[in-house]
Amino acid sequence: MSQTYRLPQGGRIDRSQPLTVRFNGKALQGYRGDTLASILLANGQHLVGRSFKYHRPRGILSHGSDEPSALLSVNWRAERGPGFTDPNNRASVVEAREGLETRSQNHWPSLEFDLGAVNDLLSPIFVAGFYYKTFMWPRKFWDSVYEPVIRAAAGLGKAPEVPDGDRYSNRHAHCDVLVVGAGPAGLAAALAASKDGAARVILADEGREPGGALLHDLGSTIDGKPASDWVAEAVATLDARENVVVLPRTTAFGYYNHNHVVMVERVADHRVDAAAGLPRERLWQVRAGRVILATGSHERPLVFANNDRPGIMLAESVRVFVNRYAVAPGRRIVFATSGASAYTAALDARRAGIDVTLVDLRLEEDCGPELGELRAVGVEVLTGHTVVDATGRKRVTGLVVAPIGRDGRVGARRTLPCDAVGMSGGWTPAVHLFSQSRGKLRFDVELDAFVPGQSVQAETSAGACRGLYDLAAVVADGFRAGGAEQPVEASASRTGFQPARVLPTDADPAKVRAFIDFQNDVTAKDIKLAVREGFESIEHVKRYTTTGMATDQGKTSNMNALGLVAGLLDKEIPAVGTTTFRPPYTPVTFGALIGPSRDALFEPVRKTALHQWAESQGAAFENVALWKRAWYFPKAGEDMHRAVSRECKAVRETVGIFDASTLGKIEVVGPDAAEFMNRIYTNAWTKLEPGRCRYGLMLREDGYVMDDGVVARLAHDRFHVTTTTGGAARVLQHMEDYLQTEWPELDVFLTSITEQWAVIALQGPKAREVIAPFVSDIDLDPAAFPHMAVRTGYICGVPTRLFRVSFTGELGYEINVPADYAESVWKTLWERGQTLGMVPYGTETMHVLRAEKGYIIVGQETDGTVSPDDLGLGGLVSKVKPDFIGKRSLARPDLVGSGRKQLVGLLGKDPAEVLDEGAQIVATPDQPVPMTMIGHVTSSYHSPNCGRSIAMAMLVDGRSRIGETLYVTTPSGFTTATVCEPVFFEPKGERFNA
Amino acid sequence: MLETGRLARRAAVLPAASVTRGAVVIRPLGAQSRFSLRTRPATAEALGTVAGFTLALPINRMSTAGERTSLRLGPDEWLLIGPEAETDELAEAVSAEFGERVFSLVDVSHRNVGIEITGRNAAHVLNAGCPLDLAEAAFPVGMATRTVLGKAEIVLARTGVDAWRVECWRSFATYVHGFLGEGALDFVAVTG
Repeated sequence: MSQTYRLPQGGRIDRSQPLTVRFNGKALQGYRGDTLASILLANGQHLVGRSFKYHRPRGILSHGSDEPSALLSVNWRAERGPGFTDPNNRASVVEAREGLETRSQNHWPSLEFDLGAVNDLLSPIFVAGFYYKTFMWPRKFWDSVYEPVIRAAAGLGKAPEVPDGDRYSNRHAHCDVLVVGAGPAGLAAALAASKDGAARVILADEGREPGGALLHDLGSTIDGKPASDWVAEAVATLDARENVVVLPRTTAFGYYNHNHVVMVERVADHRVDAAAGLPRERLWQVRAGRVILATGSHERPLVFANNDRPGIMLAESVRVFVNRYAVAPGRRIVFATSGASAYTAALDARRAGIDVTLVDLRLEEDCGPELGELRAVGVEVLTGHTVVDATGRKRVTGLVVAPIGRDGRVGARRTLPCDAVGMSGGWTPAVHLFSQSRGKLRFDVELDAFVPGQSVQAETSAGACRGLYDLAAVVADGFRAGGAEQPVEASASRTGFQPARVLPTDADPAKVRAFIDFQNDVTAKDIKLAVREGFESIEHVKRYTTTGMATDQGKTSNMNALGLVAGLLDKEIPAVGTTTFRPPYTPVTFGALIGPSRDALFEPVRKTALHQWAESQGAAFENVALWKRAWYFPKAGEDMHRAVSRECKAVRETVGIFDASTLGKIEVVGPDAAEFMNRIYTNAWTKLEPGRCRYGLMLREDGYVMDDGVVARLAHDRFHVTTTTGGAARVLQHMEDYLQTEWPELDVFLTSITEQWAVIALQGPKAREVIAPFVSDIDLDPAAFPHMAVRTGYICGVPTRLFRVSFTGELGYEINVPADYAESVWKTLWERGQTLGMVPYGTETMHVLRAEKGYIIVGQETDGTVSPDDLGLGGLVSKVKPDFIGKRSLARPDLVGSGRKQLVGLLGKDPAEVLDEGAQIVATPDQPVPMTMIGHVTSSYHSPNCGRSIAMAMLVDGRSRIGETLYVTTPSGFTTATVCEPVFFEPKGERFNA
Repeated sequence: MLETGRLARRAAVLPAASVTRGAVVIRPLGAQSRFSLRTRPATAEALGTVAGFTLALPINRMSTAGERTSLRLGPDEWLLIGPEAETDELAEAVSAEFGERVFSLVDVSHRNVGIEITGRNAAHVLNAGCPLDLAEAAFPVGMATRTVLGKAEIVLARTGVDAWRVECWRSFATYVHGFLGEGALDFVAVTG
């Protein structure tokens, strides 16, 4: 029985292109142009899922992006293996395509028989706030029992467990006018706005083809033409204009500042033969001069007992399935409505040969001409009737209706047998994007809806999304928004409705399950309970009951919930509040948001010019900011500890070679360069001679250490500044900030040269011996080229800025060479070093060697609250300079008083035990918890050169505690350590002068 | 005297070969001399041109004369690009012409990597990660600016209707090159 419910003719489907999709393994036939929803209905499959909380059988409510219930897991490319499945696709918007494999969600063991449905029987206890009230105690049960069980039972679909196999792309675009929505208003707006060929127009619509509601409007005419012809002409005109980009299958989901509208285009999902590189989706980030919102409106469901039974859908959706997809949702359809538009749906269904009955909540005299029109074609219409129940469980079998007397009393029940229901509780303009743009909503009592009020950005709404429902008015409004006043003639639309919140019933309201929010399973009863318990603001009611908080953002439910709360509180709707709409309008895949930022392009991975060499030597790398730095160079069979020990020894005994290229470098040039340096750094620069280096300390305004580094004066007006690796960008920004905003009078310019110069550090007694044969134009004699000096010349025939500096305490050089030459120079030095016992070493060894000497690392010893004096570097703070950044703060009482943490060394009781970095220090563990913590360990290593563990710490009044024994936390308790000076190796510091 | 065998050789960060994706060609540019030149706007106006580099340009415009190109990236900042072999000569010539005037000339030949991207959809490929309006009216031939591409800072210059030059820092070159190649996949094949 294939496509039993397919109508013999009509629809915008291509019957020459049959296709097959699978639903829970079953093959279903359909045609190109179908959605999953229309294929399911064509094959009589109304039951398509189980609900979120109660596991009730659910069907298809809508034909569009407001669908709350028919959520399917779709495997888009089963033939390509895993990684192409995602959950929660709305069946109503997924274009059918040969080979799609779809599955229903939220059931076990099967869709037809779901054990979770016991929740529905237990529903009297699963009321609003049930979780909050029930699972409070005992506290520890929450993590281990309650939450896992609740999570497993509730939820929507299953998150994919394998990486997404698709490609997603990103595109920034600019235009003068962005039109969102290609229905009658959007098409008219785009036509008008693009008339001027200089105006760039983008028209985006979430559907597969432009036209919106006109695609299922068989009866209307616009300017004397059938609606579909008008659409075809409009699209042809737009296609012919070079200044127009039409984007079908593109949902504008986010409206941000400065008319930045973000949209997702579904590029590949509908293509049978999508090439492998084609993105599945493309994220469009549009910056528009003006935005025209033509987003249409959503129909409201009616709220009555069991209104969620499969087969009960929105009235307009019935019309869409009949007219656009040539599918009969049922053979006998009862329409239930409180307004006129459902009559059009009923007439169209009748015309398609479907047995139709209509129940209208409105009294006979409140109905318009639509009543006579429907009766004239022989349809039974019951006016002044309410719906009190629906029969059937996995498929509706009947609608129970009853007359409402003049006194409001509900009369005798009558069951109208049916296999589908089309319901309409009126219309809600889709103001989501307008609200996201921060525009102010205004409540229109006549329309019973919020409509756009005051705009905040260059934006205008047109058509149904601002409450216009008559076709001629909608089209004219589109032209107006696009900048043209143009009279429009169109056939009259059936509009107007009587607001209905919860339909009157004769049943006990406490026992009625009338759903308001279909996706989060919230009933009218839940909302009444929330109000009874004191929740009055809609924002609170929402959070307590979760109504409107599902992934559909309450497109179908918000107005019913709001109206119900207002009615219960006897307030006007605006007094109860409205909802703020947030992006995304419809759920967006993570892939679209991430775009190309995955794998190798997740982040720029910065590698030095020497990276490949280190890699070839089997180095282990660590991440430092965005850089990869060689961490240590293990030889066969060595672990990190052994490798680092070997490297540490070798540097002090022979020589080590180290890649210091990532150090930040800034060239400071200009006649005022020295003055600029004086103001940025704490120490004095005026007297530093060209050719000499100085260690500089930089503070923030608050007096705390910001960065440090060696600075070389290359010439009277030129400094080569180095910064920490992680601080490079921050320091340059800090300097530029002051230069541009505080001291624009200084003639000095800053240029980042971090990447111009690769830096090869050679450290150890044999460093000079290694480089000597390759250096030209520089006298390496210690008398001519002492420690803390800089020379320019050549190494291996290429220019070098040769620094004689040491971060290890050894004789050392930092060889700056233009980066492209670095690998070649390094290899030459490496080759020679082999004869002298040279080793390559990494950042870990660098850390240990500097700690042996007590040299600090900004960001390790410091944490943004450490002053120069705290580090024992008070001598680097000039007493005579009139000013520098942070100078005033250094005089703050809390910076000069006692009780500050000061840098000290720590020697643990057990020389083999390495203290934990970050471990807390206490005077004695013999005190109540919380103990008074007097310091913390900042650096801690095994020092092969000292033959024991060493540590640095920040300790309250530490310099006066030298010699004291204190307690340091360990994972299991405490150990003891003796406070010492923070220098562990060769305190005299003469080796670097060799 | 240093033996010739010990002379250091240059190693480019990107492979020299072009990547072709549909009509889009992404070609790493070879080594060139580059300088960041800084000076006060009035000085630049007064000089007009130094060593064949035009300084008197509107901000965000470039000028090419022979093998020398200057890109004015801000009121007081120019990127000068010249032949690889002439680094020292260019520096000397520029410095000589500035004489006693205030300026800063810093060699950034090795800091930057240049990539050329050409083809009908080149602007769209750049727009995969660059948020600027790259339509001809908004970003005409001869325009140059500092901007971003994905998560990297770049200098972007339009050298022809369908020809662009991207400059980025050395360690970002692999990312930028990869990003452009990835973005260009959009234009390889569209079927169905």
